[in-house]
Amino acid sequence: MSKLSILTRGLLRENPIFVLLLGMCPTLATTTSAINGMGMGAATMFVLTLSNMAISLVAPLIPSKVRIPSYVVIIAAFVTVVQLCMQAYLPSLYDALGVFIPLIVVNCIILGRAEAFASKNGVWSSALDGLGMGLGFTMSLTLLGCIREMLGSGAIFGWKFVAGDGILIFALAPGAFLTLGYMLVIFNKLTHKTK
Amino acid sequence: MEYVLIIIGAIFVNNIVLAQFLGICPFLGVSNKVETALGMGAAVIFVITISSIVTYLIHYGILVPLHIDYMQTIVFILVIAALVQMVEIILKKVSPSLYQALGIFLPLITTNCAVLGLAILQIQKELSLLKSVVYSTSTAIGFALALVLFAGIREALELETVPKAMRGIPIALVTAGILAMAFIGFNGLV
Repeated sequence: MSKLSILTRGLLRENPIFVLLLGMCPTLATTTSAINGMGMGAATMFVLTLSNMAISLVAPLIPSKVRIPSYVVIIAAFVTVVQLCMQAYLPSLYDALGVFIPLIVVNCIILGRAEAFASKNGVWSSALDGLGMGLGFTMSLTLLGCIREMLGSGAIFGWKFVAGDGILIFALAPGAFLTLGYMLVIFNKLTHKTK
Repeated sequence: MEYVLIIIGAIFVNNIVLAQFLGICPFLGVSNKVETALGMGAAVIFVITISSIVTYLIHYGILVPLHIDYMQTIVFILVIAALVQMVEIILKKVSPSLYQALGIFLPLITTNCAVLGLAILQIQKELSLLKSVVYSTSTAIGFALALVLFAGIREALELETVPKAMRGIPIALVTAGILAMAFIGFNGLV
C-alpha cells in the first residue's frame, strides 16, 4: 500500500466515525460547538500518532500475551502528556472537554489502530496511519460540532450569524444523538448511491 | 436526604448514558435484547461499585500522599483492567451461577469508558468514601435503566420496516435522542 493511501484512507473510506463507528462517547459528548469538537479531535490525533509510532517501535519486543495492557500503558502515558499540556496552555478548552481528556485512553480508535496496524507495520507507516485516522476523526468531530453549533446557537466557531437564540435542543444531549443519527443516514444514502 | 438527592440525581437527572455520554459503546452494542441488557446492566453495577471503592482508596491512600496524582489516568486504567480480571476469576470460583449469568459481559467492561469515567468523576467531585460509593452505584443503576429501556424499544423496533439507509445504528441513535429528550424532563427535579 502506498504511503499516500495510508494517509488518506482514514479521511473517507475508513472514516473512524461514519464508517467504522468507533469512539462514539467523545464524538457525542464534545461536539457541542465546532471549537470543542476540533480540540477533542486534535488531542486524539496527537495521542494516536505518537502512540502508533511508539507501539510500532516496541511491538516486536512485547510478548503477545501482555501486549494489550502494555499498549494501554503507552497510550495512557501520552494521554497524560496531552492532559498536562492542555491544562497549562489551553485552560478554557481543558475545562470544556473535562473528563473526556483522560478518557482518550479508552477511545477504541487508538487501541484499535495499535492492534490492527501499528503492531504489524514500520514507524513511518504507523505515523501516517495515525495522522490520517486522527485527521478523519478531527474532521468528523469539527463537522458535527459546526452543525450542532449552527442549529443550537446560530453561530459558527463562536461567530454569531443569527440574532437571538437557536434551537436549544441541538446544544443539549438529545441533539448529539439526533445529529449523528441523521448524519449517518445521509452518509449511508450517499455511499449507497455511488456503489 | 442528601443521599436521596445524590441517588435521584445520578440515576435520572444526570443519567450517565443519556446526559453524560459515557458507555455509549455497550449502550449501542448489547441493547438488542432485554435479557442481555439486564445481564450487562447487572455486571456494570457490580464492577463499578467495586472499582469505585478501590480507586477511591488508591487515590487517597497512595497517589495523594506521594504527590503523584497526575499519574491518575495510568494507574486507574491498570487497576480497573486488573480488577475486572480478578472479579472474573473470583466469581468463577465462588459463585459459578452468577459467573454463568455475568461472565460473558465482564471482559467487555474493561473497555467501557463509564467505569474509568466514573472513577475520575468521583475524585473530581471530592466526595467522601460512602458518598462516592452511593454516587457510583446509583450512576451504574442509571446506566442499567437506560440500557434496559433502550433494549425494550429496540425489540419493538425490530418488527417495524425501517428505511434502508436508517437500519442499524442510525435508527438506534435517533431513538436514543428521543429517549434523551424524555430524560431532560427530569431536569430541575433535584
